[in-house]
Amino acid sequence: MTDLENFRREARAWLETNCPPEMRRPVASEADSCWGGRRFRFQSEAQRLWMVRMGERGWTVPTWPKEYGGAGLGKAQAQVLRQEMRALGCRSPLDSFGIWMLGPALLQYGSEAQKREHLPKIARGEIRWCQGYSEPNAGSDLASLQTRAELHGDHFVVNGQKIWTSYADQADWIFCLVRTDFGAKKHTGISFLLFDMESPGVSTRPILLISGKSPFCETFFDNVKVPAENLVGELNGGWTIAKYLLTHEREMIGGIGERATARPLGRFAADAMGLDEDGRLADGGLRSDIARFEIDELAFRCLMERTGDRARRGEGDPAFSSALKYYGAELNKRRYELMMSAAGSDGLEWEGERSRDGALARTWLRTKANSIEGGTSEVQLNIIAKRLLGLPGA
Amino acid sequence: MALVLNEEQQMLRDSAQAFLAENAPVAYLRKLRDSRDATGFDRALWRRFAELGFTGALIAEDRGGVGLGVVEAGVIAEELGRTLAPSPFLSTSVLAARALSRAGDDAPGQRWLPRIAAGECVVALAIDESARHRPFAIATSARVDGDGFVLDGTKTFVVDGHVADALIVSARTGQGASPADGVTLFVVDPKAAGVSVERTSMVDAHNAARVRLAGVRVGAEAVLGGVGQGGAILEEVLDVGRAVIAAQLLGSADEVFARTLAYLKERRQFDRYIGEFQALQHRMAALYCDLELARALVLRALQAVDEDPASARATVSAAKALACTTANRAVQEGVQMHGGMGMTDEFDIGLFMKRVRVCQELLGDANFHADRYASLNGY
Repeated sequence: MTDLENFRREARAWLETNCPPEMRRPVASEADSCWGGRRFRFQSEAQRLWMVRMGERGWTVPTWPKEYGGAGLGKAQAQVLRQEMRALGCRSPLDSFGIWMLGPALLQYGSEAQKREHLPKIARGEIRWCQGYSEPNAGSDLASLQTRAELHGDHFVVNGQKIWTSYADQADWIFCLVRTDFGAKKHTGISFLLFDMESPGVSTRPILLISGKSPFCETFFDNVKVPAENLVGELNGGWTIAKYLLTHEREMIGGIGERATARPLGRFAADAMGLDEDGRLADGGLRSDIARFEIDELAFRCLMERTGDRARRGEGDPAFSSALKYYGAELNKRRYELMMSAAGSDGLEWEGERSRDGALARTWLRTKANSIEGGTSEVQLNIIAKRLLGLPGA
Repeated sequence: MALVLNEEQQMLRDSAQAFLAENAPVAYLRKLRDSRDATGFDRALWRRFAELGFTGALIAEDRGGVGLGVVEAGVIAEELGRTLAPSPFLSTSVLAARALSRAGDDAPGQRWLPRIAAGECVVALAIDESARHRPFAIATSARVDGDGFVLDGTKTFVVDGHVADALIVSARTGQGASPADGVTLFVVDPKAAGVSVERTSMVDAHNAARVRLAGVRVGAEAVLGGVGQGGAILEEVLDVGRAVIAAQLLGSADEVFARTLAYLKERRQFDRYIGEFQALQHRMAALYCDLELARALVLRALQAVDEDPASARATVSAAKALACTTANRAVQEGVQMHGGMGMTDEFDIGLFMKRVRVCQELLGDANFHADRYASLNGY
């Protein structure tokens, strides 16, 4: 038996013992996600236990080095772990911007002290992070951001405003892009800072969205003092880190298309609409749309897998994450459009127990942001045209 | 299995690419078309395919082949799609070779497989009876007569049937719960009494045939894989063919994409390269994504058929459906972005559009396979 097969056996046995049955049911809505952090209210004891156990084993971040809270697994082992979790239907133990975005950036650009301070707390779900990128006048054109940080001896003083800060009102810390050189060209005067959201001068205001929920905030900084050692990388060198992190964000949002496959759409529709005597969905047009969707979704899963296989061979371009982000976001929007069609008038309920307070309708509306956040679909297509296709003037 | 070609498969791709670029570029198809070649491909070239091992890719070594898998057949087909090289690869080396191999140690296999591997013959699969692919809507009948059978019926869209040395014909020998029950495959000599073959020259300058069988007598040795066993063989053979055609479509689409991208970087209008226009950039970027998706899925389907054809059905249908829609989109964008030049016979883009249309119809189009995918997944 190979080492990988051994690992698979051990992983399966451990998961079977340690993953509570409640954590093996498909995620029904965003409310089922575990985000961790100082202020998080666990939905159940099972949810807390699952996060803690996985965190202790380093399996919330399986490929991170052990000294930073990971399990030090290779890519092949991590893939086996994902496969075994999928086979048992295990939920993600911890959803986290720290894991998806900040962690990879710190591993690449952080100082040893920053890695030791922040990464284990991310891995164990102790600190919840938010991302301070977009500003009212810096959306797709992110590099024109104006939030300023001035160095006064051993600390920066930060002033300005961020917008679309996901879950800023529930986050413990923020990783934030700030302008530290006002004379330089816009890409070269940006720095990457980390600070506590409880620092004096930080305030947040949730933004009510079309889903009736407020996952995003406006975040204000009024003379916030940030210790100088919380600068990541070089002063005025933040854009490189920002871009590196964005590719991870894109992979994450692109991955929505993959992670949402807990329940095949065809089965969802069959339950919602019923089948005719030939065992087909009663609406031929919708059936065809759903089949085309499932085929595209299968292709997307294969492409994610292939991208990983190519990376292991040292092939592929980092800009390819834009292709995954673009397609994954559009795919997820399509999925929810089709779910709404299959659910019919039942899917329109906004409140009440039967619809879990309009869970489907609200998630459907939330998915519309997939092709806006982390760089719009149009920005991704620009990046593909320029970096992957080499089209002139792009 | 990793979703990338291994080293041997990459070498096969490179050698097929180099061989076809030199010996059968698009100009080769053009020449055959313009000379109204009655065969539609070059038998001498086909024998050189044999020397390279392409003709016997799917045939076992003890039958004279090289014993490769469906992934390798797909690699070859993708390169054929890139240059549009006409050859009996699909009909003979993929469909017929798989049917003859799958049937076991029958006499027809012993007779034909070594000759296919040697590039000495063409064997065509005669399945379709209607203009739309419905492989188990079989009206052709095989009636027991003494120790043999008498066949009656009409087959259409028999690829390479106009020059076939043998035809593999599906016929009904009985009925059952499923339309695939009671189907038997026969190997029929096109020169036998009662067989008439009418060549149909197609839009893409490839050839097929309509085959009429009127009281055609065959012996028991003509049965391929046992009486009533044809349905299961056919399902598998068709899926192998579908996965391979999907790869061929991908090759054509990829080539069209590359040619169109090059054109956007050289054609100037309004004092700039037309590739500078965002309206075109975004369409090319989206098409690029579609091609990458199709590539990943087609490779998965080819691998799945090699692993276990019976459990690969849905994946194969997904791959054929996606390859059809993606290639269709690629050729439409290709012609449109070439502007007026795309409409000329002189430019090659139109030849790709024609070939892709034919490959879409072959063994089921995107609608057929989306429907099959849904049924196989229980909705």
